[in-house]
Amino acid sequence: MSKGVFIVGLGAISAIGNDLRECISALENGRTGIDAITRLQTTHRGRIPVAEVKLTNAELANRAAASPRVSRTALLSLLAAREALDDAALPERSDLRIGFISANTVGGMDRSEQFFEVWLADPSHAKLRGIVQHECGAVTEWVADQLGIGDYVTTISTACSSSANAIFFGARLIRQGLLDVAVAGGADALTKFTLNGFNSLMILDGEPCKPFDEDRNGLNLGEGSGYLVLVSERLASAVMNGSEHGKIYCRLSGWANANDAYHQTASSPDGTGSYLAMQGALERSGLCPSDISYINLHGTGTRNNDMAEGIAIRRLFGTQCPKMSSTKSFTGHTLGASGGIEAVFSALSVKYGFIYPNLRFRTPMDGFSCLPETTFSCDPAVAHVLSNSFGFGGNCSSLIFSKL
Amino acid sequence: METIIRAATALSPQQTFGRTSFPGELKDATGDRLRCAEPDYRNYIDPSLIRRMSRIIKMGVATARESLREAGIGIPDAIVTGTAYGCLSDTVQFLTRIIEQKEAMLSPTAFIQSTHNTVGGQIALMLRCHGYNNTFVHRGLSFESALLDATLLLEETDGTVFNVLVGSVEEVTDTSHAILRRFGMYRRYPVAGEGAAFFVLTNGRRGEDDVKLDAVSTFYKPKGIEEIERRIVAFLAERQTGMEDIDLVITGRDGGKDGDAIYGQLLRSVFRAAVTIPYKHLCGEYPTSASFALWFAVQILRSGTIPTALGFEETETGRIRRILIYNHYLGIHHSLIMLSAC
Repeated sequence: MSKGVFIVGLGAISAIGNDLRECISALENGRTGIDAITRLQTTHRGRIPVAEVKLTNAELANRAAASPRVSRTALLSLLAAREALDDAALPERSDLRIGFISANTVGGMDRSEQFFEVWLADPSHAKLRGIVQHECGAVTEWVADQLGIGDYVTTISTACSSSANAIFFGARLIRQGLLDVAVAGGADALTKFTLNGFNSLMILDGEPCKPFDEDRNGLNLGEGSGYLVLVSERLASAVMNGSEHGKIYCRLSGWANANDAYHQTASSPDGTGSYLAMQGALERSGLCPSDISYINLHGTGTRNNDMAEGIAIRRLFGTQCPKMSSTKSFTGHTLGASGGIEAVFSALSVKYGFIYPNLRFRTPMDGFSCLPETTFSCDPAVAHVLSNSFGFGGNCSSLIFSKL
Repeated sequence: METIIRAATALSPQQTFGRTSFPGELKDATGDRLRCAEPDYRNYIDPSLIRRMSRIIKMGVATARESLREAGIGIPDAIVTGTAYGCLSDTVQFLTRIIEQKEAMLSPTAFIQSTHNTVGGQIALMLRCHGYNNTFVHRGLSFESALLDATLLLEETDGTVFNVLVGSVEEVTDTSHAILRRFGMYRRYPVAGEGAAFFVLTNGRRGEDDVKLDAVSTFYKPKGIEEIERRIVAFLAERQTGMEDIDLVITGRDGGKDGDAIYGQLLRSVFRAAVTIPYKHLCGEYPTSASFALWFAVQILRSGTIPTALGFEETETGRIRRILIYNHYLGIHHSLIMLSAC
């Protein structure tokens, strides 16, 4: 196992908590983050529930000791990435090659959409400062600069699977010996652009979402960010030997990326992409379906996704389902951040045996006999956790986290 | 294990599309913007889809298909795409409608097509390709990140990828051009460009026309010219190569004073004994222009010579067998790509 990749630091911010500890407490207590819109300036206020991070840009900037003029995506990203690095408490060595592999789907759209409103009225009045972080990569770069990471910096954007892809790209760079440490995950802020986009697709639930429930009626958009600190086996053992240098959560043992190749936004009826992603991740980890203790579902709450994901799970696991739940019932669908936030929850699940509830579940889906978990529990037997992230463009990715 | 470039296709402002040799004449930029010479998309895309697709998607999908055709591969094992700005015209269209229609009665089409992975996803959809699919969106290194991912996929010994379709796509729109002009972009970098370029990489040698991709490497915000020089020398040394082994250096020199200061310095130091040529007079400046440079380099290696028809002076080089591409974007993102004839 000379090519193992280990997780030594975690950070998250979402509607259920401004840091990792707060997120865990909300998960334990079944406290959802989905509520009426209070921050986003939109005509949909009062009609569409969302999962907003409960801090204003000024408050986020204050916490991050950064300028409030940068994109909200960048502020969210910085807070969780820094928390993960602090958590990792890496040995202070100048020879470590550290990379920042981040994902997002909106970039600095929260600022761009304000810029554009002025631009449309009178281009000469639009302040260019408002558009400098429009590019997804510009958000990543600002955060990398704040963190002082420059050895390798890149950005991935594959819709809702973006940060799952960022995490395992980081792992591959470590395995190939190009990096010693990868801070990997993703961020997205809630914007008018995405809210109206998903609303125009008519897949937003007017009530808090009900993933994997027969009466599910769409998703709720959320925002936030989640990052892991991944290290090489060599560095992990150094971290372990000097036990004051933090802790190792688990190993990233499997990953796969497949394309559904069915439709730009809808999943195939037989869940081909989801199936191939889960199967590929199992193959890479050398595990059997029965080894999986818990699945952190993609589980958006749309009719289409949950059925396709359910069918893929049935094809792969048969009737012997592992425990499963969608934590999007807490955080909403955080798009480019979701794979990162859910990877953080999955790593905690392996380390502490946490099994999260799937809030508001009442009625099993037709044709899917497995039942999601409805209460928070602690199961010391958790050994391998599968995390699913599927998205537009057919992009499907799965990650597997394993006990040491 | 060698990484082979089995096919190279560029859709650019020049007549490059569908050719495996140089165009006979050079198209000059009009004003500060070069537009792509687009092919008849009906040869590549179902006509019923053409109407719905925005320009950048058509550019990407057609270039990808032509590249696969050249390689003689139906469905690749993996598809990796790079784009800095993504689908700008769809993004602007949806933004405009949100504002003008006050968030009501919006059609989802522009939103659906605005996501950065649209081109990569559409290629997979048209080919029914279920393999690995990734999209990098990292400004001036979007293409190089995709290229690194592609080479890693081929190198991973426990992998299942034997060929990869990798490329980039970028468009200039009226809005992006106007915004970048206000930033003073065209005072510093004279001509805005755009383009799509796709390549089929395989592990293992195949045809006689093939070119070997030796290495790709990037660096970010170097502290000064000394660091850039040191990085270039180290890049070559790590591959047991020196400047004396490089027959030609293709640089991102574009006639703008900011960017060219770096190239000018290098021409007096590490590149002083090298034959160097620019490429951006052909494609313009854009964040993923290194993909055009790679296409250009492949053609030079195939023919062995620098094409005089494109405004280059005749140079005594002998047959060109190894090329180094060095480009930087805004002085922030720097990349090195080395390739050689098989």
